[in-house]
Amino acid sequence: MRDVAIISTAQSKHVRAASEVNEVELIQPVIQEAIERSGIGRHDFDFTCSGSSDYLAGQPFSFVMTLDAVAAWPPIAESHVEMDGAWALYEAWVKIQTGQADTALVYSYGKSSPGDLTRVLSRMMDSYYEAPLWPTSIDFAALQARAAIAAGVTSETEMAEIANRSRTSAGSNPLAQLTSSPSVEALLADEYLAEPLRKHDCPPITDGGVAVVLAADDKAREYCSRPAWIRGIDHRMDGHHITMRDLSVAPSIAIAAEKAGVGAGGFDVAELHACFTHQEPIIKAALGLGSDVDVNPSGGALSANPMMAAGLIRLAEVANRIHSGSVTRGVAHATGGHALQHNLVAVLEGEG
Amino acid sequence: MAERVAVIGIGQTKYTATRGDVSLPGLLREAAFRALEDAQLTFADIDAFVIGKAPDFFEGVMVPEYSLVEALGAVGKPVFRVHTAGSVSGSTAIVASQLVEAGIHGTVLTIGWEMQSCSEAMWALSVTMPFQQQLVAGAGGYFAPYIRQYMQRSNAPDDTGILVALKDRQNALLNPYAHLHEHGITYESVRDSIMLWDPLRYSETCPSSDGAFAMVLSNEAGGDAAAAAGRQPAWVHATAMRSEPALAAGRDQVSPQAGKDCAASLFKQAGITNPRKEIDVAEVYVPFSWYEPMWLENLGFAEEGTGWQLTHDGATAIDGDIPWNPSGGVLSSNPIGASGMIRFGEAALQVRGMAGAHQIDGAKLALGHAYGGAAQFYSMWVVGSDKP
Repeated sequence: MRDVAIISTAQSKHVRAASEVNEVELIQPVIQEAIERSGIGRHDFDFTCSGSSDYLAGQPFSFVMTLDAVAAWPPIAESHVEMDGAWALYEAWVKIQTGQADTALVYSYGKSSPGDLTRVLSRMMDSYYEAPLWPTSIDFAALQARAAIAAGVTSETEMAEIANRSRTSAGSNPLAQLTSSPSVEALLADEYLAEPLRKHDCPPITDGGVAVVLAADDKAREYCSRPAWIRGIDHRMDGHHITMRDLSVAPSIAIAAEKAGVGAGGFDVAELHACFTHQEPIIKAALGLGSDVDVNPSGGALSANPMMAAGLIRLAEVANRIHSGSVTRGVAHATGGHALQHNLVAVLEGEG
Repeated sequence: MAERVAVIGIGQTKYTATRGDVSLPGLLREAAFRALEDAQLTFADIDAFVIGKAPDFFEGVMVPEYSLVEALGAVGKPVFRVHTAGSVSGSTAIVASQLVEAGIHGTVLTIGWEMQSCSEAMWALSVTMPFQQQLVAGAGGYFAPYIRQYMQRSNAPDDTGILVALKDRQNALLNPYAHLHEHGITYESVRDSIMLWDPLRYSETCPSSDGAFAMVLSNEAGGDAAAAAGRQPAWVHATAMRSEPALAAGRDQVSPQAGKDCAASLFKQAGITNPRKEIDVAEVYVPFSWYEPMWLENLGFAEEGTGWQLTHDGATAIDGDIPWNPSGGVLSSNPIGASGMIRFGEAALQVRGMAGAHQIDGAKLALGHAYGGAAQFYSMWVVGSDKP
């Protein structure tokens, strides 16, 4: 395998509703910032790949217009995935592994504000048995939370602690949407939204985007003083039908972790795509992370959850800390689908 | 050195306006099982799944791969979803190919699919968005003005499109999987069909189809094993993708630069200098009749302004010197999210000698081509019966 690194990243300020901009206007400055930070010329990328969702945009082929944000003229080698941007990064990583590219621009974005997100996400469920019932994404998450509590994976108190810790951490993240939290006791006094989930257990609804630049081998060293090398990356999918899954565990994360080399440990930081509080312990258990690892110092998806971007943001947050020298080795996790069905795990590392 | 990639299994469904008798998972399984049977493998042998389809709105299911995973035996494995507009399942095949080429996986199952009977695709493509160019009435309405521009530039005879449609629909009679089997089709019946988007008549326009196409791609060892067992693989010689914006000033939508660049990169990788001479057969994305002469020029099979002459001379006929779309093409079957992979896979069937009644004798090198969006997304591959 070739050595590939994240050499620059950029994110939007994550907000509840970016009503004054469309998707192109939202992501274009982010792409511009990531490109400028990388030092690579705007027209010098060998490959470009993005992730987004037509259902969020309310338009078929929505990514077609967003291509305007990368100035694809003269024409570029480019692709798009209908998944979180973490998988767009994976496709770019594969492209670099073939030797057909040395550099890649990856971006993803989501504007959830125009629609009723928790209902829109119900369209992602099995179309014959589940979607016709219009269950919300929170209803599904509550089933998983209940299973996790019943299995002893977590508790309502621990979930409140995770919410409190995440949003308190986000206080030092200028791009986060939610940046403070009431006390654990105050959170637990709140009413249920969908038992056992309270409002604090759920992610905010967010408009936002992220862009990342990848480079291989000497190119990475040329453009970045401390590249965040991708030491391992893998993704796996669990079954869909909730009656056929044990929702308290995420076997696909464990497989992806093994393939990505998480077992070697030694992590300073972990950025985990836990949209709901109860998912953090499930992910940690599947990754085999101990209590010595700093989890979601950015505040995580509980503090800013732009759909289709929040997964790639986890990789970007680990990379940022490696770039700055504050950490040496981190693990990033991204998810897609309901109840942690689709999972990507990457191990990132700085040198020296 | 990158790993060589072989197509060792191909499966497709019969294309039809309304399949009706299968669910979405059932449709994909039908194509997948046929591809596995061809490769003499089972789901257990597949390392990763790469799936492509056009907009999720066509079926009304958001990222449907999530609910297809059990039906494809893919639980616990990598499942990847590509979406690059009409070129999507060509791009999907390329992503699958690269997983093998990079040495990440040894055996990959890739599927392109669409069940267009779930919705009305023409209107699904025609939503009005603020501050965006309106598609008016589906893809035909969008492309017709560019076709008229091509006619004006090239002075092509008005009936060029009729000849393309007649050829492709007659070829479709040789392909049992094709959607349209118009046994009574004639030059006159195409000419007299209703004008939809001048100059495109009803019979010069692709149908709306349900269907799926699946391929098993393997590394060199898998390709060698298939060959040793007497099952000819199709070896991937080159792949390429290019994109350009929908609205860039100075774009030439008649012969887009991205298509030219994509073909140039592809042929360079494959060591092809004269595609008309060196390629034996091409499956090219022609959803509207006039795109045959337009793509003949864009892909370098003919000089600018002369593509229509190949059509009129019969060069692109099934018995011509460079047959285009012997399967009947997109003009005869169009499950949008599968149409690109059908082109790629039909090219592979030709060099495997497995195309049945529409087989081109002795085909050794074949082109698969797909395009999408506002003629702005391109994916192409060249496959051969010999190793690259």
